[in-house]
Formats: sequence, C-alpha cells, structure tokens
Amino acid sequence: MTAVPAGAMPVRIGPWSLLLRPRLIVTSAGLLGLAAGILLLSLCLGDTTIPPEHVVRAFTPDAPRLDRMVVVEWRAPRAVAALVFGACLGVSGAIFQSLTDNPLGSPDVIGLNTGAFSGVLVVMLLGGAGAGAIAGGAVLGGLLTAGLVYALAYRGGLQGFRLIIVGIAVSAMLASANTWFSVKAALDVSMQAAVWGAGTLTGLRWGGLAAVGMGGALLLLTLPWLSRWMRALELGDDTAAVLGVRTEVAKAVLVVVGVVLTSMVTAVAGPIAFIALAAPQIARRLRRSGSFDPIGSGLVGMLLLGGADLIAQHAVPGGRLPVGAVTVCIGGGYLVWLLLREGRRA
Amino acid sequence: MRTPASTVGGAAAGGPSDRLTGMHLRGSALTVAYGPQPAVLHEVSVDIRPGSFTAIIGPNACGKSTLLRSLARVLSPSGGHVLLDGTDIARMRSRELATAMGLLPQQPGVPEGIVVADLVARGRHPHQSVFSRWSREDERAIAVSMERTGILDIAHRSVDTLSGGQRQRVWIAMALAQDTELLLLDEPTTFLDITHQIEVLRLLRELQEAGRTIVAVLHELNQAARFATDVIAMRDGRIIADGAPAELFTPEKMRAVYDLDCRVISDPGTGSPVVLPR
Repeated sequence: MTAVPAGAMPVRIGPWSLLLRPRLIVTSAGLLGLAAGILLLSLCLGDTTIPPEHVVRAFTPDAPRLDRMVVVEWRAPRAVAALVFGACLGVSGAIFQSLTDNPLGSPDVIGLNTGAFSGVLVVMLLGGAGAGAIAGGAVLGGLLTAGLVYALAYRGGLQGFRLIIVGIAVSAMLASANTWFSVKAALDVSMQAAVWGAGTLTGLRWGGLAAVGMGGALLLLTLPWLSRWMRALELGDDTAAVLGVRTEVAKAVLVVVGVVLTSMVTAVAGPIAFIALAAPQIARRLRRSGSFDPIGSGLVGMLLLGGADLIAQHAVPGGRLPVGAVTVCIGGGYLVWLLLREGRRA
Repeated sequence: MRTPASTVGGAAAGGPSDRLTGMHLRGSALTVAYGPQPAVLHEVSVDIRPGSFTAIIGPNACGKSTLLRSLARVLSPSGGHVLLDGTDIARMRSRELATAMGLLPQQPGVPEGIVVADLVARGRHPHQSVFSRWSREDERAIAVSMERTGILDIAHRSVDTLSGGQRQRVWIAMALAQDTELLLLDEPTTFLDITHQIEVLRLLRELQEAGRTIVAVLHELNQAARFATDVIAMRDGRIIADGAPAELFTPEKMRAVYDLDCRVISDPGTGSPVVLPR
C-alpha cells in the first residue's frame, strides 16, 4: 500500500498496532550502542585505568574490593548520571521546542534552569539542606519561572517567539538575582553554590541519583502519550483541537513534565546548558521523523552529556572541568551556528 | 477500550459514504465578543442542512471564520450553543466530536521536514491510541483519502517542497483521513491559482455528492454560486441572507451584503448565477 511511509512496516497483534520504521530502529540501536561504549569508557578511565574485563568483573560478587569501590561506588554513579540526566534534558528540550515550534525554545534558553537554580539558592539561603529540600526548591523554582514566562508572554494566545524573548529576559534577570544571592550568602553556602552553579557531576553517589533516576523513569513512561499530543499540537492549536486534543490540558501537562525533568537534573547537577537545545535538533536530522521526537532526543541527549562528561574528566590532564563548562563550550558554537542559520532564514 | 473506528456509524466497513446518518449541525444564538470591542458574532443562528455543500460568504471581517470556528468548537462562543444531532458540542467528549467533524483551518502548521504520507496520517489521531497506532482501518482511510485528492504519487515527498495547490490537497487529504461526516474548511481556495481553486472545489463537491456535509468559507462569489448547494451570507457578525444560490445571488441581496452594485446573469453552461459587478 502506498499509504505506508517509505520503508515502514505495519505490525499488528490483535487490537494493538504500530508502524515500524527501520530508520528509527537503526538509529536508536546505534545511539544506545554508543551510549554503552561511553559508559564502559568512563568506568575504565580515571586516576587508575581499569581494563574493561575488570570493570565488568567489578559488578560480580567475587570482585576485588578496590575495583568494586572504584568502579561501582565511585565511577558508576557519575557515568550513569551523565546518561540519565542527558536523556532527561534531551526529552525536556524536545517538549519545549515542540511547544514553542522554535529551535531556540529550549528550557535552558527560556530560563527554566536558571529559575530552578534560583529555587535552590533560596532554599540554601533559608538554611535548607538535604536532597529533598534542594530538589523541591529546584522544581518549584522551575515551575514558578515557567509560570512567570508564560504569564508575561501570554497575549490571548501563546506565540513561540514571544515566549522565547520573554524567557531570555527573565533568564537574565534571574541570573543576576542568583549572583546577588551568592554574594549575600555565607561563604560556605556561596562556595557550594558556585561549584554547583557551573553544572557538575563530580562527587555524585548512588543516593543522589536514585530520586532523579526513578522520577525520570516514571516520566519517561508517559512519553508515548506525550508524543502523541506533540504530534497533534505541531499542526497548530486549531488542528490539534479538531483532532480531539484538549489543547490547554495537553500543553499544561507537557510544560509540567518538561519543567520537572529539567529541574530534577538541575537540583542534582546544577544548570547544564545546551543539551536540551541541541539534542532535539540533532535527533530530528538524524531520524528524519518530521517531528520532534522525544525518544530520539533523549537518546541523543544521553550521548551528548555522556560524551561531554568524558571530556570534562579527561581532556585536561590533572584538572577536572565541570561538565557544564564543557557543554557551554560545545553548545556555544552550536548556538552561534543556529542563530546565523535562523537569521538567514528570517 | 474505545470503539473501533469502523463501527462508529454502524456500518461494518468502508468510508463515511457507507454510513450516512445525516448528522445535523446547528448553531443557535451564537455570540462571540472579545473584550469591549463590538461583538464579532451577534446571536447568529445557522442550520446546516445534512448532505449539503454550504458556502459562507461575506465581506472581510464579517465573522465568517469566527462562525466556522465556533461550529467546530475551536472557539467557545460567549453566548449560544452549537448542537450536533441535538447534543450540545460543548458537552461532547473530544474524541467523539473529532470523529464526527473535521476542520481545515486557514493556515495550519507544517512540521519541518514532514513527508506527505506522515502528515495525512496525522488526521487519524482521534481514531488511534498509544497502543493502536496503525490499524488496517487507519491504513485504508489514509490510502483512500490520498487517492481521492490525487496525491498518491507525491506520498513520499517532503511537504516543504510542494506547491501551494499540492499542499492544499495534502491538507484536505489529512482532513479526509479523519473520516468525519462533517467537513468544515476555512477559505480552502485562498492562495491558490484558478486551476487549483476549481480543482479543490470540484473535489469538495464530489465529497458532498458522496454523502458528506461540507461547510466552507469562500471568497469567490461565482465559485460559491457554481459549487455550493446552500449559501449563507454574512455581514457585521450577522446573517443577512441564506438559501440556495439561485435565491441568494440577486442584485438586491448582493447590495445588502457587500454594498455592491451588480448584475446577475445565468451561466449558459451550468445555469448557475453569475455575479457581474457594475
């Protein structure tokens, strides 16, 4: 049948059906394979290099205690975090770029990371400590920022471009507020905030990762439903409504999921820029799905942050960079290219 | 589980032509107002005859699109009700309404890089779910609507590369794939050259003859006169006149609607009225 897109294959089991697209399967497998490679590499590399077979053995009960400690307790949480957080940021980016219908409309550009950071700083200043308080502060900060940007950008309807401009302005205001908070805070809080504010995965342990991992996994389970909404909303609000989507509800849910994903990462690792910006666009070109696809974007985000963290740890001999610095450097170049390209098109 | 799409209208298989129940769309006392400005619609009541090709005409900013959008529930009127077979559409479930009525908006969004077949497939949204993403019924409806609109040969092209006429046919195919008995179109011929305008109108007429109810906002009076079975003429948010083209296209009524001084003659080929502005 010509109705089937090129190369795709329908699969039907009882009332269930789907369309298998070879390109999506191949790219997903490739991205997962590369991510597994990065994971193994970051478990091997470090102050002492541990050969791959010892890394694998470290996860078995009869592993030497030192290997086990280095690989499972020290390196693995960080390596896994880079992949999980990258996936969360990639998905969040796809959601926001789809909602704003603009490659610049990602959560880091419209100030959600900065807002989540403000939330954490406020919690710290109020003497709050502990993962729960920090995460709560980040999510609340992110949601409040999203609400503020939404309220300021709303003019009888939401226009992607206006939202981005307002978001950049709000982000700049929050960034200066963050600096002020840091200056006002006691020295130890200020130091802690500065390290964290650069976006870093250093010193992560399984405990810090568990909450985000589980929260992220739960939210990722909603992806099939969310991407259904996204595919309809990309045709415009009117068409989506006619296709049976309750647009206001769908958008609100998408915003909340996107904000929570990005804020959770911010709560643990600080604001990591550009993954959410770049991943959806790379995924789109790689997968040619004709739409923002959160799953592909999550896979690409995984790879980007995993790769960036490898660079952050090992590029400068003896010195370790915060991963946020690496993503900003890589992403800065991408952003310049994007702005030039969009400028030329407009 | 939801009801399979093929049994919505009672028939076991086939398109909407096989399940004509003659859905009756009515708007009663519809009022739409934005803030302190004068109302865009003043207590407008319409009765769309089942099986008709109803054209809505009128000068710019007379409320044509607003009426169409209210009928499709894209816009909630501040007063009045839209009834589909006697049920207030404001109380209908989204999916229920989406399988009964489709709307082609004036400027739908095109996702960058999407290919024709994928875009048409998106019209199946209300018939699909996360677990049922490509049923036989979906595939059939997509193939039929692409065939009807003559876009099978461009099925794998990117929509960005198409001409205006092709693109409009793709949009109509998407609306057709939704497989609704009522199809509303907001200025489906704008931005098309004359050949493509006629092509689109012919297609709509065929769809109407096959049993669908078509409601379209049209600009060209003579095209409305030739292709529509019923015409609604609006001005300043009110309906000035409605009826069959022969009753509606008269010099008096055209003056009332457009302030237009004209003669009306009969098309020697088709017998439909032709408006000639003086």
